[in-house]
Amino acid sequence: MLVAQFRRSRQGMLGLTIFVVFAMVALLAPVLFDESQLDVTKATGGVFETPSGHYWLGTDDAGRNVLAMVVWGARISLLVGLCATVLAMVIGTSVGIASGHYRGLVAGVLNRITDWFLVIPFLPLAIVLATVLGKSLLNIIIVIGVTSWPATARLIRAQTLSVEGRPYLERAKALGAGDLHQMTRHVLPNVMPLVLANTTLAVSISILSETTLSFLGLGDPTAVSWGTVLDDAFSSGAISAGAWWYLAAPGICVVLVVLGFNLIGRTLEDILDPRGAHE
Amino acid sequence: MALIGAPDVAPTPPAPGRGRVLGPGARFTVSRLLSSLGTLVFVILFNFFLFRLLPGDPVALYTRGRDVDPEIRRQMQARFNAPIAEQFVQYLKNPFVPELPSQQFSIPVWDVIVPRIGPTLLLVGTATVLATVLGVWLGVRSAWKRGERFDRVATTTTLVLYSMPEFWFGMILLIVFSVGAFGLPGIFPVGGLSSPGVDVGTFAGLADVAWHLVLPVFTLTVIYLAEYALVMRASLIDEMGQDYLQTARAKGLRDADVRRRHAVPNAMLPTTTLIFLNLGFVIGGAITIEYVFSLPGLGSLTVQALRGPDIPLLQTLFLLFSAAVILANLVADLLYARLDPRVRT
Repeated sequence: MLVAQFRRSRQGMLGLTIFVVFAMVALLAPVLFDESQLDVTKATGGVFETPSGHYWLGTDDAGRNVLAMVVWGARISLLVGLCATVLAMVIGTSVGIASGHYRGLVAGVLNRITDWFLVIPFLPLAIVLATVLGKSLLNIIIVIGVTSWPATARLIRAQTLSVEGRPYLERAKALGAGDLHQMTRHVLPNVMPLVLANTTLAVSISILSETTLSFLGLGDPTAVSWGTVLDDAFSSGAISAGAWWYLAAPGICVVLVVLGFNLIGRTLEDILDPRGAHE
Repeated sequence: MALIGAPDVAPTPPAPGRGRVLGPGARFTVSRLLSSLGTLVFVILFNFFLFRLLPGDPVALYTRGRDVDPEIRRQMQARFNAPIAEQFVQYLKNPFVPELPSQQFSIPVWDVIVPRIGPTLLLVGTATVLATVLGVWLGVRSAWKRGERFDRVATTTTLVLYSMPEFWFGMILLIVFSVGAFGLPGIFPVGGLSSPGVDVGTFAGLADVAWHLVLPVFTLTVIYLAEYALVMRASLIDEMGQDYLQTARAKGLRDADVRRRHAVPNAMLPTTTLIFLNLGFVIGGAITIEYVFSLPGLGSLTVQALRGPDIPLLQTLFLLFSAAVILANLVADLLYARLDPRVRT
């Protein structure tokens, strides 16, 4: 039913198409461009060449093919975005269900922690964490995951509270089901649709966060992502050189992918909660 | 960049037999104050433990990428080798001023930070005012013409703006309007807050500063605007279904009057508090935009501090930003309760 409704949504299908195209590009990157094209010492083009038949998106300050960098960047940007989202969803869903299921001290402590992470400004917190942990792909995933779960926890907690009041949970309790059994077998399946819709929206936020952190120089220096390409472009003077292609290409990719995930997420939200304000 | 609606105003039920001395309004204020204070204490603890308890050598972290005098290195080593409880007591004596000076500037951190506050307030303040005014106007028009062409175009545009890294938008504006790609003359300055040798005290100096701020303020306004427009639209659409608007129409009021005098003032509530709730998001924008436009504010200072890394400076900036956001959230909660008495217990 969900699939049929989703297929009828134009914005949802547009979002899905964008995602599939970029996922294909990311998977096929090694086939499309040899990895050596990312190596500054093996660059073949001239400095800041304008887009041409040979270099569709021009070259950078070292003569590298910008198209190859953007294609390879899709791999890291999507990988970090997806992994960070999975981490955020696991933390957010667990904390949300636990704080809705338990009463007293556990709920109190979990709610305080959620509140704290909600209030603290995201970017300064992420910068501090990333600086202390050091620059690596795993660390940037951890930083984004650890800073972006609280909104999900809030949402899941509210849903859990409404599920907890339903008769079948009373019945499970009466039959002697333990806390873990109640949470995993009864509450989790009921909040899963909401988690799914929230996940797609969270991916877009994770990708934007990765781009921002990498642009500020906190990304893995050995991996090429759209954020590090933008960082390279900015620090190599692409702006004063007027090399618009070097800046435009990675940015447009970010906007398209983030927009794609936003469209999918909004469509899922509309289907799951038709009273929403997107109309 | 989460879309924030109304603040969390679910009141905690007062314990029986306690708090009877205070009226409901005062009790709400006190509970909010205590909760904000708790959050600030948590930031202070976090700031201490994050930098001390991590695996690895803190001295290496503090001195990464710099040549440090062996004598100073020994002093730092001694400081970090002291028992953690002793370090903690030392830290708590004044958690707002780190014991070490800024590593890059070699002067106390607050001497580095204070002169940078002005430019950030100027940038963020101007952009917030513009974004609120334009966003409210756009949201009201979209909601009133819901489903029509204006609404569809406005909603699509806000969604695209929402998906855009603000610093990328700023760089594109720079390359088009300051450097002059595509054969355009570069009319705006490429960065900084004023031209070299200009006296900011004079009228010409002020005009020069304003000219330098056009592109960064425009970038932030456009990015913030999207959120105000979306929230205002949603809240007015909510309001439009209410019975009292039907009553107003039945009295014979014109449509424009119903909107301006009845619906909009009520729908303004979430937007008003959004100005304060949004500060965390606004700070994120200021950090990258000041960096891109080389504005000498707290944002570009943060980037400098993380590039070093300059840990004492970074710690203090984090504390400052967090404290500002906690205060803004408190103001939003109290303001909301004042404007809408229903949320008070």
